[in-house]
Amino acid sequence: MANLVIAEHDQGSLKAATLNVISAAVAIGGDVHVLVAGHNAAAAATAASQVVGVSKVLHADGAAHANLLSENAAAQVVANASGYTHILAAATAYGKSVAPRVAALLDKAQISDIIKVIDADTFVRPIYAGNAYATVKSSDSVKVLTVRGTAFAAAAKTGGSATVETVAAVADSGVASFVSAEVTKSERPELTAAKIIVSGGRGLGSGDKYREVLTPLADKLGAALGASRAAVDAGYVPNDYQVGQTGKIVAPDLYIAIGMSGAIQHLAGMKDSKVIVAINKDADAPIFGVADYGLVADLFDAVPELVAKL
Amino acid sequence: MKVLVPVKRVVDYNVKVRVKSDNSGVDIANVKMSMNPFCEIAVEEAVRLKEKGVATEIIAVSAGVAQCQETLRNAMAIGADRAILIETDVELQPLAVAKLLKAVVDKEQPRLVILGKQAIDDDANQTGQMLAALLGWGQATFASKVEIAGDVATVTREMDGGLETISLKLPCIITTDLRLNEPRYATLPNIMKAKKKELANMKPAELGVDVAPRLTTLRVDEPPKRQGGVKVADVAALIEKLKNEAKVI
Ligand SMILES: Cc1cc2nc3c(=O)[nH]c(=O)nc-3n(C[C@H](O)[C@H](O)[C@H](O)COP(=O)(O)OP(=O)(O)OC[C@H]3O[C@@H](n4cnc5c(N)ncnc54)[C@H](O)[C@@H]3O)c2cc1C
Ligand SMILES: Nc1ncnc2c1ncn2[C@@H]1O[C@H](COP(=O)(O)O)[C@@H](O)[C@H]1O
Repeated sequence: MANLVIAEHDQGSLKAATLNVISAAVAIGGDVHVLVAGHNAAAAATAASQVVGVSKVLHADGAAHANLLSENAAAQVVANASGYTHILAAATAYGKSVAPRVAALLDKAQISDIIKVIDADTFVRPIYAGNAYATVKSSDSVKVLTVRGTAFAAAAKTGGSATVETVAAVADSGVASFVSAEVTKSERPELTAAKIIVSGGRGLGSGDKYREVLTPLADKLGAALGASRAAVDAGYVPNDYQVGQTGKIVAPDLYIAIGMSGAIQHLAGMKDSKVIVAINKDADAPIFGVADYGLVADLFDAVPELVAKL
Repeated sequence: MKVLVPVKRVVDYNVKVRVKSDNSGVDIANVKMSMNPFCEIAVEEAVRLKEKGVATEIIAVSAGVAQCQETLRNAMAIGADRAILIETDVELQPLAVAKLLKAVVDKEQPRLVILGKQAIDDDANQTGQMLAALLGWGQATFASKVEIAGDVATVTREMDGGLETISLKLPCIITTDLRLNEPRYATLPNIMKAKKKELANMKPAELGVDVAPRLTTLRVDEPPKRQGGVKVADVAALIEKLKNEAKVI
């Protein structure tokens, strides 16, 4: 058995999600190799070689990978796929874009968002917004998998010493090109890696109120900020704050849900948090059904008081 | 320009499904079925492209059981011009759907295919990307803004760290995210009109596609339930619990 992990990186460093994928590959068993497809990405390849559990890094460096376009990334994986029984990527925007392309080019099924490895052919994955867990067995010779990061502990970033092998980079597909990026700037921890998340919903009423009320709490706790779909749709915060079935999946030690009702689509993204706190003025809000500690109160009184007393 | 919009019939997003007691699957007998919300957004986007004069014809296509006709009628009530049902009782997995759609693309020669980013039943998030790969086309997943000028689609995508804009040569694949648009309601006159629109029926075999599943679901379980929590009296009590009981702050 041999696993190929598709690294996610920013050319200079590995994205944290890749460390969780490496753990999933280790759980499957056999060699774990990591493919770094980038442009001037030697630092990312070196970083991959130091992750515990990795025995080889394939480094493809070329202009086609300068903007991490899915078409080129998938072609690169396919060019290097021979001999691998499992091809894994993170269930992130990048991994979700690349992995199904790889699967189709190899004529293999993909199993999305695995949360558990039963054996080399069998995996558990949530369906219906996490309301059911399916145990799925693949009859394909190669398994293409995306991995839910919160379900696998991160592999140690350093301590390993894999060899780095240079492989030829593919040519640009010619069908897609990068125009621009609008990156959300934040000094806060990344949502999917944060220990504490302060998350706000429609109850905040506006972007200004969201910031005015939640920022001091997040500052006090060193927390990341998240949001419901309603808060994102209403423009309080950027899209990448959305937690849920169709947003980010998080599992921090503490998730504080403020002014949100607890729709199933939202719960799907945060119900694996260790401790959940809900602050809502409606005592019947479904969020209280999953909260360890519920406070029925007006958030505009309770949150400032919480900040003052912490 | 022809636009193809694949739409999936799924359990309505308001339904909380239950796992069957024999763990063979989820119970979807007698639950409300609807068009996958992301597919509604895809149909709406196609209709807007037609209203702008970019698209000339919108073809909705659905693969699955006979009742997918309802989903297709719904797509036509929103504004699709005609529809194709690829009828089968076999459980379809994304790779099979992508192959069926490729066969339809080969026949119909659309310049654009707009799909949902994910079906809210299997939560697979695969079909659009797979179809793009099978066709050798470019793909823009998680679209929140689409502009088409001449032979180029410029698409803004919702990424993990913000937004990214890419440009694609047509023909291409776009998958929709929540913020792309707000789908209109089908009006009664349009629902009536949709009943008269053409709905073609074909079978996977006619398209030469093997739809046999590659994945077998061995069992389906309830996720672990969270312990019922407590309501605290006030902010002071909450802080006390978080510090001394949960020990998370
Ligand atoms: C296809 C699809 C995908 C979706 N994906 C997601 C997803 O990924 N993530 C997600 O979050 N949602 C998702 N949704 C949307 C989801 O169904 C809900 O609409 C959404 O989560 C509601 O957000 P909310 O809780 O902020 O708003 P609401 O449901 O409006 O709740 C607001 C809450 O704030 C409380 N409140 C108001 N004022 C105050 C106050 N002063 N003090 C205290 N409490 C107050 C109210 O009592 C209420 O409970 C999706 C929906 C669909 C159809
Ligand atoms: N059976 C189907 N018939 C038509 N379109 C489908 C079908 N299954 C998936 N799709 C399309 O692919 C998208 C993503 O689905 P999935 O990959 O299953 O999450 C959906 O939003 C539809 O646009």
